[in-house]
Amino acid sequence: MLAHVTTFALDGLSSRRITVEVDLRRGLPAFTIVGRGDAAVRESRERVQTALINAGFGFPQRRITVNLAPAHLRKVGPGFDLATACGVLVASQQLPSNGLEQWAVFGELGLGGELRHCRGVLTVAEGARSAGIAGLIVPRECAREAALVDGLAIAGVADLPAVAAILRGEPPPELPPAVRPDAKASEPDLGDVRGHPDAVRALTIAAAGAHNILLSGPPGTGKTMLARRAISVLPPLTREEAIAVTRIHSIAGRHVGDGLVAQRPFRAPHHTISPSGLVGGGTLPTPGEASLAHHGILFLDELSEFSRAALESLRQPLEDGVVAIVRSQRTFTFPTRFQLVASTNPCPCGHAGERRCRCTEADIARHRRKLSGPLLDRIDLLVHMPRPCPSALENDATTSSRNVLAEVFEARERQAHRLAGTGLRTNSELTPQLVHELVGADAAAHRLLRDTYAQGGLSARGHGRILRVARTIADLAASERVRAAHVRAALSLRNDDVLDGAVAA
Amino acid sequence: MTACDACLRRTALVAQLAPHVERVGRDRRKLGEMLALPDERLIEALAGGRRAAVVQAHEGFDPRRARARLSAASMHAVCRHDERYPPRMLEARDAPAILHVAGDVQRLAVLADRDAPAVAVVGARRAGGDGIEVARSLGRGLAAAGVTVISGMALGIDAAAHAGALEVGGPTITVLAGGADIAYPASKRGLHRELVRTQAAISEMPPGFRPYRWCFPARNRTIAGLASLTIVVEATERSGSLITADLAQELGRAVGAVPGPVTASRCAGSNGLLRDGAFVIRDAQDALDEVLGIGVATALTGRRPEALAPPLRTLLRHVEDGRDTVSSLASTPDEAQLALEGLAELELLGFLRRGPGGHYVRLP
Repeated sequence: MLAHVTTFALDGLSSRRITVEVDLRRGLPAFTIVGRGDAAVRESRERVQTALINAGFGFPQRRITVNLAPAHLRKVGPGFDLATACGVLVASQQLPSNGLEQWAVFGELGLGGELRHCRGVLTVAEGARSAGIAGLIVPRECAREAALVDGLAIAGVADLPAVAAILRGEPPPELPPAVRPDAKASEPDLGDVRGHPDAVRALTIAAAGAHNILLSGPPGTGKTMLARRAISVLPPLTREEAIAVTRIHSIAGRHVGDGLVAQRPFRAPHHTISPSGLVGGGTLPTPGEASLAHHGILFLDELSEFSRAALESLRQPLEDGVVAIVRSQRTFTFPTRFQLVASTNPCPCGHAGERRCRCTEADIARHRRKLSGPLLDRIDLLVHMPRPCPSALENDATTSSRNVLAEVFEARERQAHRLAGTGLRTNSELTPQLVHELVGADAAAHRLLRDTYAQGGLSARGHGRILRVARTIADLAASERVRAAHVRAALSLRNDDVLDGAVAA
Repeated sequence: MTACDACLRRTALVAQLAPHVERVGRDRRKLGEMLALPDERLIEALAGGRRAAVVQAHEGFDPRRARARLSAASMHAVCRHDERYPPRMLEARDAPAILHVAGDVQRLAVLADRDAPAVAVVGARRAGGDGIEVARSLGRGLAAAGVTVISGMALGIDAAAHAGALEVGGPTITVLAGGADIAYPASKRGLHRELVRTQAAISEMPPGFRPYRWCFPARNRTIAGLASLTIVVEATERSGSLITADLAQELGRAVGAVPGPVTASRCAGSNGLLRDGAFVIRDAQDALDEVLGIGVATALTGRRPEALAPPLRTLLRHVEDGRDTVSSLASTPDEAQLALEGLAELELLGFLRRGPGGHYVRLP
């Protein structure tokens, strides 16, 4: 007897409909799975057999052939367990076949017959909806995540007998209650920062305009501490953004499924990371850190320590907001619209500009070369964080994340209003053409920029960057036009001479 | 016209014996005496076991080939019998037989006038931000007044002095330890290219010669010999710049130094010169007064702080007093933004430069 079960296979950031065909016939007892499965799919046989028996079902002593169709697609992971088990139950007539006409199933089995949490449930649910399936059975832990997709019945079940009950026509159980994560409780706050008023200001500007920012300073001045607080001044995720983030994190197995990811992601990969770790890779590619930081912050601590290849690999993600990974004539596209926060020592010893710096010009030049040029080009803001003076450490907090967030919120509103119709949302996305159309600088600001450019203090590329940043500063100041003062503040935060100091020649 | 055969032969001999000089001794005094020896004595003193080979090469020397190599490198050779050879240099017993010039030979030829002023600006490779700016401003101010700025193109002070002189179009001459056509240090190749294009790079060594260690103190004697005043900007107590100062003194030339903080070891050597009676050089004006006579020329000066609006003047004074980072000037983010605006304005007006590590440097 032949049974057909519908399930879904993850394929990049989307899912493909898979039909699991289970055939039982007389012969020596055997259990074969075909259809380009990986090791997890092959081992699935042991899990399915044991789970069925332990859950109180019979395991047919027949020749069982399972086919995962279409056969040409590579299939990975343990998500096919449940479909295989259901197929066996239907093919051995322990369950009626009509239940499988309206339900697709997805989940990993434990040896006791319980359903385990699985990666990529949101993507599977989206696939089920677009395939026109009426309902989807998933492990109970993932039910909230699957339920984010509208227009699809979700049954979150705990074990095989419960799946069997639904397939026999019983109503699915209620969704488990949503656990409201206490989002703000443990989040670090800008109020913890002492000193560095300019860095706090720069971070506010970065958050308001989604500008990439480089923090430069000796070890131990609080670069990492500040970067970790960057998330707390970003506006909360919109539902659309949250779904995109949840999808990626679920597929990467980083999201333990309880509905939406509530907070913007903050990713801080170690500097030994490989290019594929950073942008995604694998034979069936999975998202890298750049995608995990989508709609959040990618923090690269000690930028100069990252391998050149890794830094170069970030070029496309930074330029386009997506990364395309090509595998055996197929292209997988992962979104990578993150805000980059990077930190670096100003020189190899970290004390540039101070008496105790012992670095030669050549050391500093070498240090600078290590920071990839194309990457620096995408960083609008540079803020130096020298050691704070002792008195600053004893002062009270100068601001808090809540205050800054309110400012950022307003500035973002202004940007959204001005950029309406362009498809852009923040000043950092302004293209060279749009900068001049939309920035709205007054005459004094233009004159100042022209003079600076004429003095050789700016590159042509730097010119556009200054305007973008000045626009954000004006937005924070609730100013319609960009004024000379805004341009000046932007100039002091410019990033075209990271390590300065070298004699021009 | 190019160098005479005897001087070309002498230059080839020194180049040939260069590795032997390296081996025989590092003592700088002996170096001067050694380089003053006539050819035969020099071979005797240095060649050792390879004497026969050296003598043979010396006698078989073909000046035409040396000239061909010079013109292939488009360089000039000015020998001591040439009227363009600077007379001040000839006062040294160990003056180089030939000065090879890459670039504009006229830059050297003006020094044929005994009274043409030339000032050497030398100092530490690892110089502080202030020192670099002082050197640059000395280079700028002296060159603008028509005084030839002489230095060695080393990292730090030397390069900054050249760069300052180039900002106003020279004149400046760089004296190199190796061949004048080779940028040393290599990281200064951009500066070297510019110097050769519009100014002059000179060396006693033939084109293409890679310097040995002894060539650097030897080069310093040329710097000291060409200059009427030698200014040391920053030097530690064991600095090569002090060698230049010593050599200048031996030739009876004026020596000046730029005062530095007494607690800074990078200025200990230059401050030591001041204690020993060197001229105090605070800016280009002091140097001009020394070489040309008081009040003869006025150094170009930047804008005066008195003309600034009061808040900017206050900000500038704070930076001068050592509050040179934004975080030391402001305590809240709003104050920081005001400080950032003010600093940018001062930077654009030429009072400040954003230096390494976010420390603002006051430009002289």
